[in-house]
Amino acid sequence: MNTKGYVHKYGDNVDTDVIIPARYLNTSDAKELAAHCMEDIDKDFAARVKAGDIIVGGANFGCGSSREHAPLAIKTSGVSCVIAKTFARIFFRNSINIGLAILECPEASEKIENGDEVSIDFDTGVITNHTKNETYKAEPFPDFVKNIIKSDGLLNSIKNR
Amino acid sequence: MAMTMTQKILAAHAGLDSVRAGQLIMAKLDMVLGNDITSPVAINEFKKNGFDSVFDKEKISLVMDHFAPNKDIKAAEQCKQCRIFAKNFSIKNYYDVGEMGIEHALLPEKGLVAPGEAVIGADSHTCTYGALGAFSTGVGSTDMAAGMATGEAWFKVPSAIKFELVGELRRPFVSGKDVILHIIGMIGVDGALYKSMEFTGSGLKSLTMDDRLCMANMAIEAGAKNGIFEVDEVTLAYVNERVTRDFKVYRADDDAEYDEVYTIDLSKIEPTVACPHLPENTKEARELSSIIPDQVVIGSCTNGRLSDMKAAAEILRGRHIAEGIRCIVIPATQKIYKDCIALGYIDTFIDAGCVVSTPTCGPCLGGYMGILAADEIAVATTNRNFVGRMGHVTSKIYLASPEVAAASAVMGRICDPRDIK
Repeated sequence: MNTKGYVHKYGDNVDTDVIIPARYLNTSDAKELAAHCMEDIDKDFAARVKAGDIIVGGANFGCGSSREHAPLAIKTSGVSCVIAKTFARIFFRNSINIGLAILECPEASEKIENGDEVSIDFDTGVITNHTKNETYKAEPFPDFVKNIIKSDGLLNSIKNR
Repeated sequence: MAMTMTQKILAAHAGLDSVRAGQLIMAKLDMVLGNDITSPVAINEFKKNGFDSVFDKEKISLVMDHFAPNKDIKAAEQCKQCRIFAKNFSIKNYYDVGEMGIEHALLPEKGLVAPGEAVIGADSHTCTYGALGAFSTGVGSTDMAAGMATGEAWFKVPSAIKFELVGELRRPFVSGKDVILHIIGMIGVDGALYKSMEFTGSGLKSLTMDDRLCMANMAIEAGAKNGIFEVDEVTLAYVNERVTRDFKVYRADDDAEYDEVYTIDLSKIEPTVACPHLPENTKEARELSSIIPDQVVIGSCTNGRLSDMKAAAEILRGRHIAEGIRCIVIPATQKIYKDCIALGYIDTFIDAGCVVSTPTCGPCLGGYMGILAADEIAVATTNRNFVGRMGHVTSKIYLASPEVAAASAVMGRICDPRDIK
């Protein structure tokens, strides 16, 4: 499993209220949520983002609310992976449960810049920065998580049990 | 192998003799919670995946509290979807307008959580019930759907940070909110990432249940998986009044391993405020007297309980809020609301110039009932002061205790309750 795309870079503590503000939580329609993704931190994100793009954040990405609308908005906007130094725990499990790929990699979080072209090999955890000709190594998912993702989400993995 | 309090509860619910930090487990659940924002997503997933029964209709709670009473047509549709689901599956603990309260005030009040139990909720502040000595943590809607179907959830067993509380709070000016804001200021918004925060020590006995519920509530604001309090007489007095089923009290082993141990002297805690835009940006209230709020909110799952209402009423009694301030008071449940009426607090609030709302999460997450305009400033007893959390992206939120919030409403600037005139 691989992906390649351009990077949208943010800082530390990107919270779920800026990923999808609560004023839009009166719907669970994923496309509607995606249209407002990152709006309060990056107004033009929804217009700019292209399928396959990658979000890179700093520490504690996705902190705050448990709203699954946050990873759902990011996934539906076309983003193929979020890389961060660390993730807030509810965002982390929500992303896995809905099948949004996420990787913890402090080095990548530090060195990758906005607009860089990056590809990711999920089996090995190797992140390649084509703009800077650098590679970074993230921890690939443990088997338990791989099984959830392979089943296309938690609920399918339960049904297959 | 020595275990923390959280690890013992998780081991028991996973059917294991012991667990260690980092281990992945499947645990049985005693309660699965959702609200009117997160449940519709869970219900859609539940249906999409063809589940046709819930694991236990008495162990699911659905609380319509975020955008209820319905703030608009879309919110009404979401509540309607939950209402129909609850009816179809005979969900016993379904709370709608008239019975509902803010979920994390309501569940303990109704005796729906007991010490030693394992609870997940599709709301990040589900960690509140750690105050009762339960393992309780926030999850997303997919986990909620899976929990409703199977009565189980997967967890990575957390390590823990121990907070040894000593001394006694300086009442009536300092309360649990000041302690937890102080701690978040000390360790940061990711200071307890993926970990448990365990609260223990000789200072515990001076903390009321409302103090503890407020503190456990904000464990998530330090990134924690859960916050949990050692069970003592205060807990048992509270629980025994409300819970009729059997429960088991777990204690951490004396030789349990902790990543860090902090000693917190409660007698040294000052009235504390978290400045925009993170709960870790704490200062003493006295340092912020130049901040002029437009709005004060007293309520939420953090500080909408009876002792919070009492603290605010005692400051507002015989006083009036300053000109130009809008003060919104929100008792967290119908019972708290009625108690406030019986005790004369509602009269006090209205006479002081405040507005009193029916229970709702409304303004805390910028839903409704007190949205901020551009550049406006709020002092709020809520739990998050992120960018745009309560309204316009340029508005600002200062998080404080009910004591500081009420004093600030009266003085028209952020005010230490000891300095009120």
